[in-house]
Amino acid sequence: MEIYRAHVLCCGGTGCTSSGSAQIIARFEEKIKEAGLDKEVKVVRTGCFGLCEAGPVVIVYPEGTFYSRVKVENVDEIVSEHLLKGRPVQHLVYTDHATQEQDASKSLDEIGFYKHQKRIALRNCGVIDPENIDEYLAFDGYKALEKALTKMTREEVIDEILKSGLRGRGGGGFPTGLKWKFTYNSPGPVKYVACNADEGDPGAFMDRSVLEGDPHSVLEAMAIAGYAIGANEGYIYVRAEYPIAVKRLEVAIKQAHEYGLLGENIFDSGFSFDIKIRLGAGAFVCGEETALMRSIEGKRGEPIPRPPFPAVKGLFAKPTMLNNVETYANVPQIILHGSEWFSSIGTEKSKGTKVFALGGKINNTGLVEVPMGTTLRTIIYDIGGGCPNGKKFKAVQTGGPSGGCLPAELLDTPVDYDNLIAAGSMMGSGGMIVMDEDNCMVDIARFFLEFTVDESCGKCTPCRVGTRRMLEILNRIVEGKGEMEDLDKLEELAKNIKATALCGLGQTAPNPVLSTLKFFRNEYIAHIRDHKCPAHHCKALLEYVIDPEKCRGCTACARACPGGAIEGKLKEAHHIDPAKCLKCGQCIEKCKFGAISRK
Amino acid sequence: MPDKKEKFEQLAKVIEELKDQPGALMPVMQHAQNIFGCVSLDVQKAIAEGLGVTLSEVYGVATFYSQFKLKPAGKYVISVCLGTACYVKGSQKILDKLSEELKIPVGDTTDDGLFTLNATRCLGACGLAPVMTINEEVYGRLTPDAIPGILAKYTE
Repeated sequence: MEIYRAHVLCCGGTGCTSSGSAQIIARFEEKIKEAGLDKEVKVVRTGCFGLCEAGPVVIVYPEGTFYSRVKVENVDEIVSEHLLKGRPVQHLVYTDHATQEQDASKSLDEIGFYKHQKRIALRNCGVIDPENIDEYLAFDGYKALEKALTKMTREEVIDEILKSGLRGRGGGGFPTGLKWKFTYNSPGPVKYVACNADEGDPGAFMDRSVLEGDPHSVLEAMAIAGYAIGANEGYIYVRAEYPIAVKRLEVAIKQAHEYGLLGENIFDSGFSFDIKIRLGAGAFVCGEETALMRSIEGKRGEPIPRPPFPAVKGLFAKPTMLNNVETYANVPQIILHGSEWFSSIGTEKSKGTKVFALGGKINNTGLVEVPMGTTLRTIIYDIGGGCPNGKKFKAVQTGGPSGGCLPAELLDTPVDYDNLIAAGSMMGSGGMIVMDEDNCMVDIARFFLEFTVDESCGKCTPCRVGTRRMLEILNRIVEGKGEMEDLDKLEELAKNIKATALCGLGQTAPNPVLSTLKFFRNEYIAHIRDHKCPAHHCKALLEYVIDPEKCRGCTACARACPGGAIEGKLKEAHHIDPAKCLKCGQCIEKCKFGAISRK
Repeated sequence: MPDKKEKFEQLAKVIEELKDQPGALMPVMQHAQNIFGCVSLDVQKAIAEGLGVTLSEVYGVATFYSQFKLKPAGKYVISVCLGTACYVKGSQKILDKLSEELKIPVGDTTDDGLFTLNATRCLGACGLAPVMTINEEVYGRLTPDAIPGILAKYTE
């Protein structure tokens, strides 16, 4: 193996690729060659570093200098200054949001965003080249599989997972070891292992990052699971919307076969295992386990009632064990380091770490992995850097369309499965969307209902019809046509849908409405009774007004107005005719004097 | 560009290759959509015959999943992300602006067959919110003002 004096790590995750990291990598390779450094400096395309906000991200080792928002034009300077002369390019170094520091000597672990994190599932993301199995092997890759196959019985493997306290990271939080045990106990010569990579929660992208940054960890875990439950075949059901993840999985499966880590007689143990990829086709309900299995079978992805549970009768009517990507990513570490190590992290009932996708109105958008029990405040402020532009925090949404919105009073809640449910939300797959004072909570509830109405498969009535009725009520409210008894109707519908819907999608669909009704009821009341949207978001309830004191009569707003609603003479205060106003907001953007406001 | 007959021959090959694996219908339809750009009724009939399943089963799958198109899409498919992170950062305004510029409602294709405008589920590029894609090209941190300039690149 060749030894290099420096490594340039460039993020090749979806976020950074979308902002041009492929061109940056190509430019680095070209410039490094031109400078005659190609024997000394290696360029590595890694998976996601997590701090997507700062993307495209480049890290230069051995110093660990963290460059952010790198452009192709900056590459020449980094090569000539840093790589050739050893002087980090100060003005491109990442600026810490909290401290406003731009310190080239600070390594990744010392930056506020990473300081509070503990990476187990994401341990290799942003560290290794995901398309090179040798790099995974160098980081103890496939050692857990070797240990399981050569030193442990099937029962011992299941016992280790059980004792670790690992719970399903896809949302439900069911004890993973129990699932393994149930499938192990199911009789039958043919069983399947399946991986749920149909990450559908809007705003959650941790599974994609694991697949893009460390695909072998999932393959290794599936093989371990196959050994434990007695399956020789595995399926990964992945969203077609994740082309980079699909490609890296294909590469990884091929390489694992070449190294004999998948296929016949792995590690001479007599155990054989193979993995196939199946692409989703854009249906949120396919994240539900029974629907997912129908979809792999090539059918409409409609859920079926349980029991029978998949552990008894799943894919192709055979016992099937389904876990999600992040759950699998924890498995090799548990086997290698033991259940005691894993269960020492986290809270009493939620062990280990959880990855959250921080998004929305937050400074450091990206992926963070923290021990269970970390408070929302630590995640949002210490790691996420709080809301941008000095805006006031209003709520954090967890659990996607199945979860709820939690207000500022609950920021000190330690995050784990049980606390989030007690607070009226849920863990879900780990999306965490921050909202500030400009977001209308009624509109957010409406947004999620629109999503579930759209994605309801239509099989059961409570979900198909019930969620639509709720959406109609919410639409009325944001248009200012709501009535006070609508709130009772919403609550009653919500209660009935939760109790009677067939699958998880319907049973949790009312949660965004219930949680906003609980914590932000005053916003609903303001819409209904006062015909006002406190966040000045809902168009129908908005009024644009010009402050005659501030208006200089420059006519910029009148010229921008597409509806011809603004009248006034040059150098005299203007006026908006509410009957003609389209509420497009273009006048506000054009006004240089801050004279126009929403009311 | 291959003519229709060649495309059906391609499809027949795909069916031959995949028909013995369990659950072949969806992979076959995904290939078919890549070949034809959509799974129109004649394509569905060919698949049903080739796999020995009923047309209603194929149609059921085609209409269940949002990925499958029954009509061909425009040359450039614009997909605006309406995931939560993009939505709270104003992607609805981006979508409205596109609809206004292209003079088509969401889900429709322009008369010249150049653009199809779609609203899409989370693309997972939340760090760049609000985000849209035009075919494979990704545009992030968008503002409504940037839309006409971006569209101009494709109409020239």
